[in-house]
Amino acid sequence: MEIKRTIKYEADRVPGFGREIMSVPGCEALEHCIQCGTCSGVCPLSIYMDYTPRQVMELVRSDFKNEVLQSHTIWLCASCYACTVECPRQIRITDIMYELKQRAIKERVYPRRFPIPVLAEEFTRMVHDHGRISETRLVSRMYLRTRPLAAVGMAGLGLQLLKSGRFSWKQDRIKQREQIARIMEAVDRENGKTEA
Amino acid sequence: MKYAYFPGCSLKGTGRAYEESLVPVLRHLGVELQELEDWNCCGATAYMAVDEGKACAAAARNLALAEQTGLRQMLAPCSACYLVLNKAQHYLNEYPAMRQVVGRALQSVGLQCNGDTVVRHPLDVLVNDIGLEAIRQKVTHPLHGLKVAPYYGCQIVRPYATFDDQANPTSMDRLLEALGATVVRWPLKTKCCGGSLTGTLPEAGLRLSYILLKEARKRGADVIATVCPLCQFNLDSYHPQIAARWEPVRLPTVYFSQLMGLAFGLPAEQTVLHRGMVRFHPPPVPAPAGAEKP
Repeated sequence: MEIKRTIKYEADRVPGFGREIMSVPGCEALEHCIQCGTCSGVCPLSIYMDYTPRQVMELVRSDFKNEVLQSHTIWLCASCYACTVECPRQIRITDIMYELKQRAIKERVYPRRFPIPVLAEEFTRMVHDHGRISETRLVSRMYLRTRPLAAVGMAGLGLQLLKSGRFSWKQDRIKQREQIARIMEAVDRENGKTEA
Repeated sequence: MKYAYFPGCSLKGTGRAYEESLVPVLRHLGVELQELEDWNCCGATAYMAVDEGKACAAAARNLALAEQTGLRQMLAPCSACYLVLNKAQHYLNEYPAMRQVVGRALQSVGLQCNGDTVVRHPLDVLVNDIGLEAIRQKVTHPLHGLKVAPYYGCQIVRPYATFDDQANPTSMDRLLEALGATVVRWPLKTKCCGGSLTGTLPEAGLRLSYILLKEARKRGADVIATVCPLCQFNLDSYHPQIAARWEPVRLPTVYFSQLMGLAFGLPAEQTVLHRGMVRFHPPPVPAPAGAEKP
């Protein structure tokens, strides 16, 4: 049994984290959160989360960076936008979750072998390299990196896809692939500039 | 009527039945589509989780290509593409800093995005541009007696309610009624199907699909109609896993465009019902009035 402290200390905070998130486009309204819990109530996945969406909002605002970036919550968000639409203070909760996911990936603090961030990374790489997604290949790569044995259990599904003519191993790609690479490099360059 | 057309990756892959049925239906209604030349993946929900600027730039390249067509209106049938392209448009218009970054990135490859292409969903075009009356006139094989549960899912009504009510959308309900079908009223029409969590975290993702199937079946639906390739995949493909975890809830899920094709009497290669894993067998067409057997 692992004994963990359940009360947070002032010293756990990373001062400035909340401000930083609230300065990101789309995340500004977080400062108006009234902790009503509507987000947690409408979220179809909150029953699986370690922190509910309402708790994540307060943790971010109160600078508990490590707690939110390491939480499962941000990866359980399925982008259904129910919270965003229902929030009485117009907080774009889904977009805040995206921002937190980006930081967790950048800082490599997501749970190891957790398939969701791996899928996001593989997805991004495929778009970068080919310009398009080939779903079968993408999902296979995710399984290989996270749960190679579970891939065997998916064989039945693969067969069904094959039968209905929806399985394709071919990598779909665009002609102007170098255009994608150049656009992405330019975004990095621009963002480097704006941060400096 | 002519629109630029952004199919997206799924409509060329696991969701090909959507494109295969939608394009002939629209052609039948006199709509011409011009597929964007060399379009790229919109970025979906995954890219946003990695890098917002790049996600926006990837989507904006497509908006720039759409502007080159001069058509000003672009059809995006996949819910994720529809949302992401609309979202990029919003970000570019609301945030000057983002506009500048993306604008310069596109400029580096000779592209330009003014942000004036309207991204439209097929339901929007069908109900508001073509109109239900014109659709009703094309119905030769009304879907009488067929009970359909219209399932809108998340991303065409949330977060942007562009053409329908956010809490209780009705455009597909009205469309199905125009085809002669009986619409099943159910409270889950905009609830989440689990999205990509069905693959990444089955315990959580599959439960959401299971709840939808169970409720639709309980309310007597013969079939669920969807507007999204991921929703269709989730509701159609995981029946063995759902049966193993909870209980069997076999119910076919098809695209609304496949039902339109049926009602228009289009040939089987344009209704592509064989693409479903749970096969949908439409009820036999009743003999037209006046042609009863003696």
